[in-house]
Amino acid sequence: MIDRDEVLHVARLARLRVSDEEVERLAPELSKILGHVETMNELDLDGVEPTSHVVDLTNVLGDDAPRPSLPRDKALEQAPDAADGGFRVPAAASTRLGRVRADSHPGAG
Amino acid sequence: MSADPLGMTAAAQAELIASGEASGEEVFDFWRERAAGDELGAYLWVAEDNAGGSLPPVAVKDLFCVEGVPSGAGSRILRGYRPPYTATSVGNLQAAGAQVLGKTNQDEFAMGSSNENSGYRPVQNPWDRTRVPGGSSGGSAAAVAAGTAPWAIGTDTGGSIRQPASLCGIVGMKPTYGAISRYGMIAFASSLDQCGPLTRDVTDAAILLSHLESRDPCDSTSLGIPDGVTLPSAERLDGLRFGVWGLEEEGLEPGVADAVTATLAKVEELGGTLEEVDLPHARYGIAAYYVIAPAEASANLARYDGVRFGPRSDANGDLTSMYERTRHDGFGDEVKRRIMIGTYALSSGYYEAYYGTAQKVRTRIAQDFVSAFERVDFVVTPTSPTVAFELGARTADPLAMYLSDYFTVPMPLAGIPAISIPCGLSEGLPVGFQIAGPAFSETRILDAAHALERAIGFDGVPVR
Repeated sequence: MIDRDEVLHVARLARLRVSDEEVERLAPELSKILGHVETMNELDLDGVEPTSHVVDLTNVLGDDAPRPSLPRDKALEQAPDAADGGFRVPAAASTRLGRVRADSHPGAG
Repeated sequence: MSADPLGMTAAAQAELIASGEASGEEVFDFWRERAAGDELGAYLWVAEDNAGGSLPPVAVKDLFCVEGVPSGAGSRILRGYRPPYTATSVGNLQAAGAQVLGKTNQDEFAMGSSNENSGYRPVQNPWDRTRVPGGSSGGSAAAVAAGTAPWAIGTDTGGSIRQPASLCGIVGMKPTYGAISRYGMIAFASSLDQCGPLTRDVTDAAILLSHLESRDPCDSTSLGIPDGVTLPSAERLDGLRFGVWGLEEEGLEPGVADAVTATLAKVEELGGTLEEVDLPHARYGIAAYYVIAPAEASANLARYDGVRFGPRSDANGDLTSMYERTRHDGFGDEVKRRIMIGTYALSSGYYEAYYGTAQKVRTRIAQDFVSAFERVDFVVTPTSPTVAFELGARTADPLAMYLSDYFTVPMPLAGIPAISIPCGLSEGLPVGFQIAGPAFSETRILDAAHALERAIGFDGVPVR
């Protein structure tokens, strides 16, 4: 069973704000879904290799040829707050002297 | 243009254009008007400029990126997003002469089986407007069934092409994982997601697939279909062995079982043989899927944080608060549920118990199919356990909604291709018949589906 505290903990991990009403709803819903998921435990899976990818792939070497990437202005075009050639975000932390800016480095991305 | 494209397959319309009886622009205009008149909620955007083309235009699920065109996976967290590039699959179609007719409605981030999880509005089923079209590619399926698109593409992660095709009485195919590039497809669960066609008939599906498949340097998991796609011509099923699965399952509606049983009789009439196959682990497919898909989704959807695209909430708070409120305001209930399940399953102390176990079940399901294909050429099942259900019927019970995909989830877990073709009606609503085959057996599946389609003679026009 997933309780209220666990919902809040997981929501924090997922960077998801949840309202009180959502917490009340999610706890039983997630418990029910995970209850079904746990029917997997009926199976004897000792020694079974896990599958992370379904198709047998071997590495293919490509030419290491440079090609143009997305121009910076195009990459920034859809951002809610682009500035100085980067993505501007709110302060990540504050100090006694004031907020510390956390602008993305203009060269990143 | 003297001919009426509405009553024609896309292949027949392509012949009209090739013979000069109609221009690509006339055909495009015809469909643009049809799409603009959509009353089912199937479209989120319809093309403004006439792009013409040698093939009829294609309706594209909202989650495909198309340069400069709103592409938001049916989610409010991508409201207004116009990507700076086009998905390889869509680019392949454009290069082949099929332009983008519009963007179709869908369950948000392809999470759902009814299209009721759209961030914008639900879609109605053209056979009965009080019922769902299925999902998540519900807009694409409804548009083709209602005659507001000549053909469409969607994506299938656990049944999102085949189940809506079944509920809307059209053809839908999920190809082998890797057959079509995922580049530019807004990701849900990367080890499962695959693009595919939704069409009026099997030949149209084969034509779209032949243009969609490719090996793409931008998607290192893409392989194309090694032998390509041959257009189907079979009229008989002589010598082919069909393994039947699922007719005894709990929750299968009697009317659906009857229609599928009648189709199995047609398989035998055409020279095919039937035997029951056991897929002992397939019944655990939903359990494994609802760990693997949410786990991958929780990672894929981490990018929606109000920094690079989409709207931002609490712009004046601190960084964490901005992230958390942007995601709270932008994601719908089902997406939040899946992110929560996935994050929980991947969190410290639970990883092995959930994700590790689910990956082992996935291996078992794939092995079940390998064993089955040693004895039979195809595995056949009902596509959906029920016909289209009423809008609202399953929204209060997520697990009941998940079980809608009982018959379609095992194939993507095993990475194998499967098609759904309409095989009859139950209570006046379409029933789908699913044919699955080994990896990269698309041409053989299409051939078998073609022969059966002729024998069934399904009348695909909804009673309106």
